[in-house]
Amino acid sequence: MSGRLADPRALSRQREALAAAREARPRVVAVCGGTGCRAQGAMKVFEALRAEVGAHGADHTVGMRATGCHGFCERGPLVKLLPEGILYQHVQITDAAEIVERTLLRGELVERLLYEDPVTGERYHREDDIAFYRHQQRIVLRDTGQLDPTSIDDYVAAGGYSALARALEMGPEAVLEEVKRSGLRGRGGAGFPAGRKWEACRNAPGDLKYVVCNADEGDPGAFMDRSILEGNPHCVIEGMAIGALAMEAREGYVYVRQEYPLAVEHLTVALEQARERGLLGDAILGSGLSFDIHVSRGGGAFVCGEASAMMASLEGRRGVPHRRLIHLSEHGLWGRPTNVNNVESWANIPHILLNGAEWFRAIGAEGSTGTKIFSLVGMVNNTGLVEAPMGMTLRQIIFDVGEGIPDGKAFKAVQTGGPSGGCLPADKLDVPVDFDTLVAEGSMMGSGGMIVMDEETCMVDVAKYFLRFLASESCGNCTSCRDGLTCLHDLLGDVTEGRGTRETIALIEELAETVQATSLCALGTSAVNPVLSTLHYFREEYLAHVDDKRCPAGVCKALIGFSIDAERCNGCTLCAVRCPQDAVAGEKKQPHTITQELCIKCGICKDVCNRDAVLVQ
Amino acid sequence: MSETQTTDTSRVAVILARYPRRDPGDLVNILHDLQAELRYLTEPAMQDAASYLGLSPAQVYGVATFYHGFHTEPRGEHTCTVCMGTACHVRGAPRLLEQLERDAGVPAGGTTPDLSLTVEEVSCVGACALGPLVLVDGEYHGHMTGERLSRLVNELLDEERPA
Repeated sequence: MSGRLADPRALSRQREALAAAREARPRVVAVCGGTGCRAQGAMKVFEALRAEVGAHGADHTVGMRATGCHGFCERGPLVKLLPEGILYQHVQITDAAEIVERTLLRGELVERLLYEDPVTGERYHREDDIAFYRHQQRIVLRDTGQLDPTSIDDYVAAGGYSALARALEMGPEAVLEEVKRSGLRGRGGAGFPAGRKWEACRNAPGDLKYVVCNADEGDPGAFMDRSILEGNPHCVIEGMAIGALAMEAREGYVYVRQEYPLAVEHLTVALEQARERGLLGDAILGSGLSFDIHVSRGGGAFVCGEASAMMASLEGRRGVPHRRLIHLSEHGLWGRPTNVNNVESWANIPHILLNGAEWFRAIGAEGSTGTKIFSLVGMVNNTGLVEAPMGMTLRQIIFDVGEGIPDGKAFKAVQTGGPSGGCLPADKLDVPVDFDTLVAEGSMMGSGGMIVMDEETCMVDVAKYFLRFLASESCGNCTSCRDGLTCLHDLLGDVTEGRGTRETIALIEELAETVQATSLCALGTSAVNPVLSTLHYFREEYLAHVDDKRCPAGVCKALIGFSIDAERCNGCTLCAVRCPQDAVAGEKKQPHTITQELCIKCGICKDVCNRDAVLVQ
Repeated sequence: MSETQTTDTSRVAVILARYPRRDPGDLVNILHDLQAELRYLTEPAMQDAASYLGLSPAQVYGVATFYHGFHTEPRGEHTCTVCMGTACHVRGAPRLLEQLERDAGVPAGGTTPDLSLTVEEVSCVGACALGPLVLVDGEYHGHMTGERLSRLVNELLDEERPA
């Protein structure tokens, strides 16, 4: 189906027709086509399944769909069979024939492809029964695992663009009121109330206004925005069009990272489709709203997530932030009133318009309404994207959804809020995750990255890691950020390399407070959070580095040494063969030894040892 | 003018023509397209972009060197990129990078003298659940181990070097 939709009635007629066609053919093989599953060969699996379905003459009764991210990336490639919701994981090309013959044609389950709970050992066949999904509340991500992101028909059939039709019916003022009443706060980092930002932009003088979608997801460890854009680009477009209506903007920009090629591709396809249907462009759905969206690819600079730097980048300049004396809502892109929200915020808008502000307010916590998407990664059993109501505790997210730490190791810390966030220790696990509580505990929500660390993670090394990242991402405009972060990184280097003293730690604290107080933009003022939060919660570990010249987690190379436990070593020679330095010596079937003078502490011997015989001290 | 230079000039012209508005706001997009075509941003290409958009060459060079995504030095036939995102970091990415540097014989950011391989790091590619992750010519390889990485790199190097 194609062609311009003349008015909202034409849209609902089209939706009914498309939905009826899908109901008549409910059997669908939905292969996750997100970046994570693609990296594990999902598209080859998709082709193999399609060929098998065709070979059995079932292509008229079974729909094939490469969808967006299902969220459970750890278990990819994922294949979901609708309407039953059967989930197969780690699916390989060689499994295709069996899935088609046994499950699709005979209704039997392929046991070995089912998810096995790492805790209970039980196998589950429905997505909803798996702990990872069971504890989530998927609203924004609901459709990403069901729809083909390159098909506007799929989106329309699922009710897509009906929120825009409703917004047109309500009019700009009522739309703005609805968003304000929903209590939606920006999902990109600062958590500023979206409705208030919209109102400021709407009230700003000027007839040329812009709405911008920040898809410059720069926080290492966060990938919810990539998954939304890849898996359901139309919901972002619809949200932006609703925003354009409320703020009377005629042009929009999506500023997207170049590192996300699939997101750029799917977004570009979706924009073209929306224009063909008359859902973008002049007189949208026959109304007075005219609005279109441009795609602007980022150049790879973390600082461009800062809105004033992003404006500079959108204008084709170096992404250097400015002191914002006048708000962007009055003086933004090319000096015009501009409203910036991130991908996840825009993706929430259609749901708020369709279900109402009261519905949205009923989800989540006081002051932090709705759900939040977290990327649960690092040393946790179930890694992937998690959408949960605000106010869930860290423990629920990490231990119920994530099912704890792999290999029976102990939980040590969780890092939230990206490079500008903080690390929270085990005794903060029962803290509810909402905007205000996380800040009160010395971290922040940020864009929702949640990196779990186990006992083998060194917190000083983690702080140094973030400082290295931020020092290299500093735009260089102000001295305290440019030079302060580099000095801090060097001082942390002194600690991890055994040159540090208690004075070093005092100097780190003083310098961190100075950088925090005197930097021009939020990159600098928040850059010291990882240092200050680890110093606050893990001071003992810093002291072990400076007082005892010891790295308790066994990470900092200058402070550790490798040796082989003669009791455990069976002389298999694996480590000796793989050692790049020829530092491991020993006869076959006899315990081996490491020559310390030759060892570069690369850790390969520990990785390859099957008997846990390599010790780190 | 040599033959390669002429070809480059016409390839640049084709890319610039995709941006008929000549809007300086398109500079970053143009540089991406040029780099995709030429593998790195050559000086003549940047100069052509500058005069096309009515900017000074210094402005274009300033933008090209500000963003991590752009390269102004020749690049290898293949690129091996280690993701250094936080999730990859806690799963051992720094050790993978060190090993890659040892195997290729060049530090991160460097290119082998025979221009067969460029080694680089990236802050995060958003495939965190697959960490540690390495990209070979843009293709993702998740749950990377030292052994697999060595094999991948040696294949790339062997392919380029005559037996």
